[in-house]
Parts: sequence; C-alpha cells; structure tokens
Amino acid sequence: MEGENEVKLHGMWASTYSKRVELALRVKGIPYEYIEEDLRNKSPLLLQYNSVYKKVPVLVHNGKPITESYIILEYIDETWQNGPRLLPQDPYQRAQIRFWASFIQQQLFGSFYKLISSNGEEQEKAVEEVFEKMNVLEKGMKELLPEGVPEVDGNNSGVLDILVTATFGPYKAHEEVFGLKVLDPEKYPLLFSWVQKLNEIPLVKGVLPPHDKLVALLQFIKQNDLKPSS
Amino acid sequence: MGEVNLHGEWSSPFSYRVIWALKLKAIEFEYIEEDLSNKSPLLLQYNPIYKKIPVLVHGGKPISESMIILEYIEETWPKNPLLLPSDSFERAMARFWIKFSEEKGPTIWKIFVTSGEEQEKVKNESLEILRTIEEKGLGEKKFFGGENIDLLDLAFGWMPYWLGVIEEILGLKLLEADKFPRLHAWIKNFKQVSIIKDNPPDRDRMLIHFSSLREKLLH
Repeated sequence: MEGENEVKLHGMWASTYSKRVELALRVKGIPYEYIEEDLRNKSPLLLQYNSVYKKVPVLVHNGKPITESYIILEYIDETWQNGPRLLPQDPYQRAQIRFWASFIQQQLFGSFYKLISSNGEEQEKAVEEVFEKMNVLEKGMKELLPEGVPEVDGNNSGVLDILVTATFGPYKAHEEVFGLKVLDPEKYPLLFSWVQKLNEIPLVKGVLPPHDKLVALLQFIKQNDLKPSS
Repeated sequence: MGEVNLHGEWSSPFSYRVIWALKLKAIEFEYIEEDLSNKSPLLLQYNPIYKKIPVLVHGGKPISESMIILEYIEETWPKNPLLLPSDSFERAMARFWIKFSEEKGPTIWKIFVTSGEEQEKVKNESLEILRTIEEKGLGEKKFFGGENIDLLDLAFGWMPYWLGVIEEILGLKLLEADKFPRLHAWIKNFKQVSIIKDNPPDRDRMLIHFSSLREKLLH
C-alpha cells in the first residue's frame, strides 16, 4: 500500500530487548527513527504507547505502537516481506524457534536475574542454575543446527541470531562486572563460536552497546543494588 | 499430513486450550491422558526439557508449550476458522494479550496456594490484572477475537472454568459481576460457543480434586 511508512523505535541503549529490535530493523534494512528513553524519566509518549507495562522497546509503525520485543520481531518479519526472513516458513521450525525464544526469555533470563540479585548461598545455587540452563541451550542449539552454526552475515540473520547476539554479544562486559564466566568456550563451544561470528558482523558492531559505557552502567546497577528493568 | 496425538491432563487449562483449538479446526486427533505423578516414557521423550503437558505430536514430531502449540495449529491448518487476525498489527495485539495472560495467570493461581496476608496481597494484584484485562484487553468486544473466538479467547479459557472453581473452593468472589460486567458477558458467550459447550472440563471432579489439593497445601 502506498503512503508513509514511518517507523520509530523507543529504546534504551543498554537494553537487550531494545537491541533485539534494532538488530531486526537493520537486518531487514528498514529505516527508522530512534528515540532514546531515560528509564528514570520515561517520556509521556512511551507511557501512552505502552500503558500496560510502561517499558521499552516500543516500535511505532505509522503511529501504531507494538510492544514486547519478541512480538515486535515477528511483527517486523510479517510486515516487511522483502529482505531476509527472520523466521522460517515451515510451521514446525517456527514452533522450535518460538520454543527456544521462550526458553531464553523465561528460563535463561530468569536464572540470570536470580544470579545478579542474590547473595551468598542463594547466589551459589543461582550460578548452578545458570550453568544448567546454558547446558540445555547449548544442547538444544546443537540439535537444531546439526551442521553447526551457518556462516552468518548481516543479510541472512534470523531470530535466533538476533536473540543470541542481543543476549550474549556483550559477554565481556558481563564477565568484567559480575566476575563470572557464563559464556565459557569449553562448556558451550557452539554458543561461544556463534557469538564470536556474530560479533564480527559490522551490523552487530554498530548496534551493540559500547563496552566501557556498559561496564560503567552495570557497575552502577550492581553497587546500588538496583534491579535491571526496561 | 500425519497423525495427530495430544498428551494432556483432565484438569489442566493448558491442555484444554489445545483440545478446543483442535476441535474448532475439526482436526482428528488421539488424546492420551497423562498421569502427572507417573508420566509416560513417551511424554518424557517428547518434552525432555520441561516434562510437562500438553504436548502435541504431529507426524511423530512433538511440539510443547500450549500457546506455541496453538500457533502451530493455526499455521499448519490455516483458516476454517481463522484463529488469529490476518492483519499483522492486530495479530501483534493478540499476541500481546496472549503473553499478558501467560505472565499474569500464575499470580491469580497464587491465591489458591496462599493464605492470610500473602493471599490478601495476591488477591489485590489479581483484581488489578482482571481490571486491565476487562478494560484494555477485552474492551467493548464480544470476544477477544471480535465477533468470533480466536486463540486469544482460548488463552483466557482459564477464566470461565478454572477461576470459578478456585472461587468456590476458597469461598471468595474475585470476578464480581457488577465490577467486571464485560468479562462476565464474555464468560457467558464463551461457554455458549458450541465447541466449548460440547467440551467443557469436568467441574465437579475438579472441585473435589482441587479441594483436596488445597487441604494438602495448607498442612
């Protein structure tokens, strides 16, 4: 249909959820206006667009807001049919990808959160849990990609590439601040090599948060015992 | 296209969503009742990560997580009837509310497994959640899907049956008719849909089963 195709993204530079959407827009080659939100002082527009959760990211397409990063990814894939497909056509493969997206979100992020918000014995348990979930993810990805990680570039990235990048891309900053090697190349060789490949792509380099700036923010959050939130 | 099997459990709203979706689409399937205290080897093989029901098996390939199963059903057997909006923005809205139901549902279930002050707190949170669903999720529509039910109505299928069971066992009314008129109307309409009417969960059995569950939890 003709007419304007105005795309805006309300995001936050350090938010992994926000990064997912930026990566998707760039992979698809969709021009967009980016609005940086100060999460301590959210814009009235953001609160209006996402009145239920009041969070970033929010994609606004021709004035209509779409929220929840994974839902935004599927929306982008379905609305802009030119360019690489973020999700495969086959319903069974789509179900598998949705399964892993949900696992990363609920299981993995859930245990990361426990890790950074607990102390002492509880934290030790949380560490164990993180390693268990990473194991499950590594195994799952091995089964999903029996020939190993395909060569990725900015033109053929899919939803899993985007999720892996947004989650693990800044792993060095996470290690530096939290003193824990989560993305261990010996324990999780497939995930590790996948992240290395993705981090080399110029498109990814252009999107991921700058290392030093991210370290400073994470240190601040850690020292002030704040809860990360979008 | 391949045989369809559903591993489910008689008292689970997640299981029922899938039964209703399959029946709405007139898909032939074999139902396998799982005893959750003694899960079948097949179930553990099909869903090794979560070991939960429901699991849909199509042509030998397993799909788990009820809403993922529902989207799979919609994509594999498209139309007849359409269970998600065809417009991508409307579809994103439906998925938003499906996710809301998934995330907030457990809070409401918590009323059943708590007591005293904690229960009071959860009850208040639940009322807020129901208020949001009433005003922002459903609004003025007959069904969440508009004129006819769709996946989103199925995602809220716990409300017409399971919420009532919890309310009765606990002797409290969360979804009062005068406070939530739209949801009350929706519940009535939902139960009238012929597929739903013909395939309701076993309320009497659930009252007994969940009552004894509540007893055990409190002691």
